[in-house]
Amino acid sequence: MTLSLDAVQPGKVGRVKDITGGMGVRLRLEQMGIHPGDVIHVKRKGVLRGPILIEMNGVEVALGRGIASRILVEV
Amino acid sequence: MKIALVGQPNCGKSTIFNHIASYKAVTSNFPGTTVSFTESKVSIYGDLCICVDLPGTYSLVSRDLAEITARNYLISEEVDAIVNVVDASILERGLELTIQLLELKKPLILCLNMIDEARRKGIFIDKEKLSEILGIPVVETVAVKGEGMNELFREIRRTYKEKLVGKVPQYGPTIEKAIKQLTEEIKLNGIREPYVSKRFLALRILEEDPYFLKKFPVDGLIKLKEKISETIKKESGQRPPLAISSERHAMSLNIFEDVAEVKTPKPDFRDRLDDVLMHPIWGYVFLLLIMYGFFQIVFKFGGYLEGPLIDVFNNLINQLKSSYGSQTLLTKLVEGVIQGFSGGIAIVLPYLVPFLLGLSLLEDLGYLPRIAYLTDAFMHKIGLHGKSVIPFILGYGCNVPAVMATRILETKRERIISATLSVLVPCSARSTIIFGLIAFYVGPTAALGIYVLNIFVIAVAGRIMSKLMPEEAPGLMLEVPAYRLPSLKVLLLKTWFRLREFIYVAWPILIVGSMVLSLIEYAHWDILINNLLYPLTYVLSLPKQVGVTLIFGILRKELSLIMLMQALGTPHLNQVLTHLQMMTFTIFVVFYIPCAATIGVLWKEIGRKWTLFSIGFTTGLALVLALLVKYIWILAASL
Ligand SMILES: Nc1nc2c(ncn2[C@@H]2O[C@H](COP(=O)(O)OP(=O)(O)O)[C@@H](O)[C@H]2O)c(=O)[nH]1
Repeated sequence: MTLSLDAVQPGKVGRVKDITGGMGVRLRLEQMGIHPGDVIHVKRKGVLRGPILIEMNGVEVALGRGIASRILVEV
Repeated sequence: MKIALVGQPNCGKSTIFNHIASYKAVTSNFPGTTVSFTESKVSIYGDLCICVDLPGTYSLVSRDLAEITARNYLISEEVDAIVNVVDASILERGLELTIQLLELKKPLILCLNMIDEARRKGIFIDKEKLSEILGIPVVETVAVKGEGMNELFREIRRTYKEKLVGKVPQYGPTIEKAIKQLTEEIKLNGIREPYVSKRFLALRILEEDPYFLKKFPVDGLIKLKEKISETIKKESGQRPPLAISSERHAMSLNIFEDVAEVKTPKPDFRDRLDDVLMHPIWGYVFLLLIMYGFFQIVFKFGGYLEGPLIDVFNNLINQLKSSYGSQTLLTKLVEGVIQGFSGGIAIVLPYLVPFLLGLSLLEDLGYLPRIAYLTDAFMHKIGLHGKSVIPFILGYGCNVPAVMATRILETKRERIISATLSVLVPCSARSTIIFGLIAFYVGPTAALGIYVLNIFVIAVAGRIMSKLMPEEAPGLMLEVPAYRLPSLKVLLLKTWFRLREFIYVAWPILIVGSMVLSLIEYAHWDILINNLLYPLTYVLSLPKQVGVTLIFGILRKELSLIMLMQALGTPHLNQVLTHLQMMTFTIFVVFYIPCAATIGVLWKEIGRKWTLFSIGFTTGLALVLALLVKYIWILAASL
């Protein structure tokens, strides 16, 4: 099943299928270590639509919901 | 001889820098107006070196201000050797930057830092093999313990003596062909960059680096690039910037798999820590407790030192007056200078030093990104991101470092909004007025009310500003590094580097301001000023003599209360001011023009236009709020 990252429940793991949206954001995410094909672990979600904390390849990154909604993952 | 330190954020770069800087430091440079990074002169095996700590950067293709500064430094200056610091525990990501640095063809050395962390994660790296693949020296370090530093110095020296530039990485045939075509075109058009190769330029053009596209608006080149882009897109399904980024990622992964052995990691108690500190409820409880404790310590410590230190300087001034007469111009000027010094030593430093030290501690422990995570949702409401909370916290200590801290924000928009808003935060000097006047005479609830009003006003102002300046940043993207134990030496050095900015930028302004005040007193211009400001004091229903203290407040806010007593001729302010007058005065002083020192750094950080805006905005805001409070108070009293 394909979901956008902000819809994935904390504790779940998924594989990045695609990153939609502007090239700037995509490049930035790749530079921080998030690439299509990577396995992402959603660790926690902030209250009041706060950021999502994910972990991949040993790196933890906090992403705002706006950005997280552009990352499509296969769970 | 110039050495530049480059690395991704949180790789331990500033820890390494501080080791180098304290290693036979010859002199330390001061942060000037043009450079926004730290420099230090050191002697490495007898060679005089200037070592530069560039801002952390994920990549050489970037759009973020700090990263562009770092990249442009690397390509525009005669850097003789580059030290690439990499967090060994996430080597595969770090190598992507290393590959880009190899393209620069400058003497390069790879510093595998955080080897202890990597081992804990079960990652073991064959550094000889890595060195052979990249063609450059590889050194393992644990910077926080100083391990491997001597080898690093030795290898830095060898790298520039032997000009070890490494092997230029090769991309797939499609990209290589594109690079070749573009290189030819660059040659044909006679385009050059003094310190970088044509291949590097071709790659940047292909990656659509905005800086280079703007710098070389050559028709032929752009057309060729567009044509090549189309071909690459057809072949790989991606535009060149993404295609190249993917290839680089694949290259790093290959290298990583060649040189690293991954075993099962050791269990780590730190994983549990975030279950509490980033918890939806406990996270906020601990945030409040930590902040409360932090400010308690800062204000206790500062308050403890302030009194005795002020006494020392006051005695000095009294002695001066009794030996040379209190009304001569010279005495007045010297008094001004002494007061300027004492303001820094007795009033600012006792608070600023523990504050900066505590902040460096929170930063190096890795707690600041957690604060950004926790507050992001709230900062969003005022159009900012979690990272902007840091300047605001700093503002309660002193607005000067608060404005400086806006550098950590990515976009100009966020920097401008955060800087403009953070000068509204009541610094410790303004807090003395809130405590000394309001809490003391009117009551603690009224004082608390002012702080609440302040936060509310900042939130509303933030909302309005962010509506007026539509968003260009997409949202929070922040790496949350593992908790780490910092070393005391590095903490002290970091604090010192930050303090230095206050000492060299703000303090001179403070001293000059004090001298101006002395002159005003000497020449009896206070009457003139009071007359000039009469319209203001009149609408605020304040005694006319208060006018001059408002001018004093611009130059030195921490003196406002003392000046008020002087101007009104009594320390018992409740005999000459009503509670309402105290409220309007305090509200006005809390919100109006930032002090001269803050204006100085604002100017440096966000430019003239926005500084002038900030001055006008805060003054207007202060007036409106003071009047509002006045009329509401009168209304409430008549009910
Ligand atoms: N365990 C470990 N921690 C380190 C090492 N080097 C630096 N640190 C810590 O990592 C944190 C971040 O380091 P810093 O130099 O500020 O990183 P920067 O963001 O790259 O400048 C600090 O708490 C350092 O004490 C290392 O080799 N091992």
